[in-house]
Amino acid sequence: MHNKIKMQAKDVDFFYGKNQALKNVNLDVYANRVTAMIGPSGCGKSTFIRLFNRMNELVPHTALCGKIFLDDLEINNPSVDPVDIRRRVGMVFQKPNPFPKSIFENISYGLKVNGIKDKAFIGQKVEDSLKRAVIWGEVKDRLHDSALKLSGGQQQRLCIARCLAVETEVILFDEPCASLDPISTAKIEELILELKKDYTIIIVTHNMQQAARVSDYTGFFLLGELVEFGKTQDMFTAPRNKKTEDYITGRFG
Amino acid sequence: MAYRRIKEQAYKWIFTILAFSSLFFLVGIVIVLFKEGTPIFQKIGFLKFIFGRKWYPTYNPPDFGILPLILGSLWVTVGASLVCIPLGVGSALYLNEIAGFKQRQFLKPVIELLASIPSVVYGFFGLVVVTPFLQRLFNLPTGMTALNASLILGLMATPTVCSIAEDALSYVPHSFREASFAVGADRWQTLTRVVIPAAGSGISTGIILGMSRAIGETMTVLMVAGGAAVIPGTFLEPVRPMTAAIAAEMGEAPMGGSHYHALFAIALILFLITFVFNIIAEIVSRRFRIKLGLNG
Repeated sequence: MHNKIKMQAKDVDFFYGKNQALKNVNLDVYANRVTAMIGPSGCGKSTFIRLFNRMNELVPHTALCGKIFLDDLEINNPSVDPVDIRRRVGMVFQKPNPFPKSIFENISYGLKVNGIKDKAFIGQKVEDSLKRAVIWGEVKDRLHDSALKLSGGQQQRLCIARCLAVETEVILFDEPCASLDPISTAKIEELILELKKDYTIIIVTHNMQQAARVSDYTGFFLLGELVEFGKTQDMFTAPRNKKTEDYITGRFG
Repeated sequence: MAYRRIKEQAYKWIFTILAFSSLFFLVGIVIVLFKEGTPIFQKIGFLKFIFGRKWYPTYNPPDFGILPLILGSLWVTVGASLVCIPLGVGSALYLNEIAGFKQRQFLKPVIELLASIPSVVYGFFGLVVVTPFLQRLFNLPTGMTALNASLILGLMATPTVCSIAEDALSYVPHSFREASFAVGADRWQTLTRVVIPAAGSGISTGIILGMSRAIGETMTVLMVAGGAAVIPGTFLEPVRPMTAAIAAEMGEAPMGGSHYHALFAIALILFLITFVFNIIAEIVSRRFRIKLGLNG
């Protein structure tokens, strides 16, 4: 493990009201690698990645102890503006959530809220992002149609393109294929492997085969604890922990 | 077995009849309006009735031009919307975006309670509080003016606007906001560029229904609008909206006479106006549901 560390969680505890959702989690996310979080429902893996762009702050009555770093910046420090973090750490959600706007506007939105006004630049950026998300060919003739007319898989790639347009450094995928068919899933997985050349990627998934296929590192969560973390290859062939082995081999979950 | 089947049939018929009875009454009312209202059109002509500038129904010979009444209604409705749109939409935004859960639980019913105050109470309030206030403020011969009616009607329509607008805002899926925050938008940008446009047609529905309420309101305008059937020049003059004219004059109009038919014709036109308002509201709100993918 000699890669550069891009993001880091240090001694993280997280609470929903009085419920402790995460217990003393320590984890390093390596630059230009795909890090997968696996574990049964309710184990805290989604809660965990939502800490990396401070998305949990939108949920009332939550509390975080510990530190999250993006490079050397402690992002959960109160002096840091969450807006600045989200411009560097993008997110793709479980359910595709395009805005009820046109395809073009969905992509240009992120640029506009970040103060970019140059129309030629925006147009070029929209095209580039859609191309990178491998959806350009399907939408180039109807950029001004509503994004809601696209299929679920297309919508999800559109959401990825929306994320790419703002040029984040990290992309968080929160079960991006949970509501997609196998073909769309394959497309998204391919895309993730392509994107890791330029981005650091963290993905939450329910699907162990998916974690095995796309990730370089895997963390296994159980009841709010990070049970095991390591190279995906090692974890899936020789898990160190008995619980990890049981989960991976399908004995529970 | 037979008994159960009879019972089921009976229930089915009872509810069918109940459901269709409102349609029956609607049709009945429309028929009566047409039957009693149209004779005046035949007598003096439709256009002359609508665009006539003089309303002197009891003079000899009488003048049946309802333009002053239509304009009276229009003025107070426009005035009311200037009050109820900022008040209603503003409080909806506050409730949905800024107020905490507990505040919303408390405030929303309170605002909706405004709608349950009888209109005569609003009228009374306008008469004893707003009228002397306006009279002194603008140094007027009377405080019973289009402005007074606008203020009170606007207040009355506010709960309608607020309630529907707040519903529309709360129907905007949370995932839209999350998506917006996730690309680095701040709260204000999320609100103005995602949430409000997404809820826009729902908010418009609320505004249209609020205006529809204002234009159809009778008791309040009867009490505070001043009642002068002349084309208003400013908001500080008395007006006589269509509803007030009907309510005030129906008692003194001889049944079956021209004045009587003219009042029915005013009611018919009022009905058509509110009908159009409600249809627009329905179309807009359907578009809103489709836009958000809620259903057709």
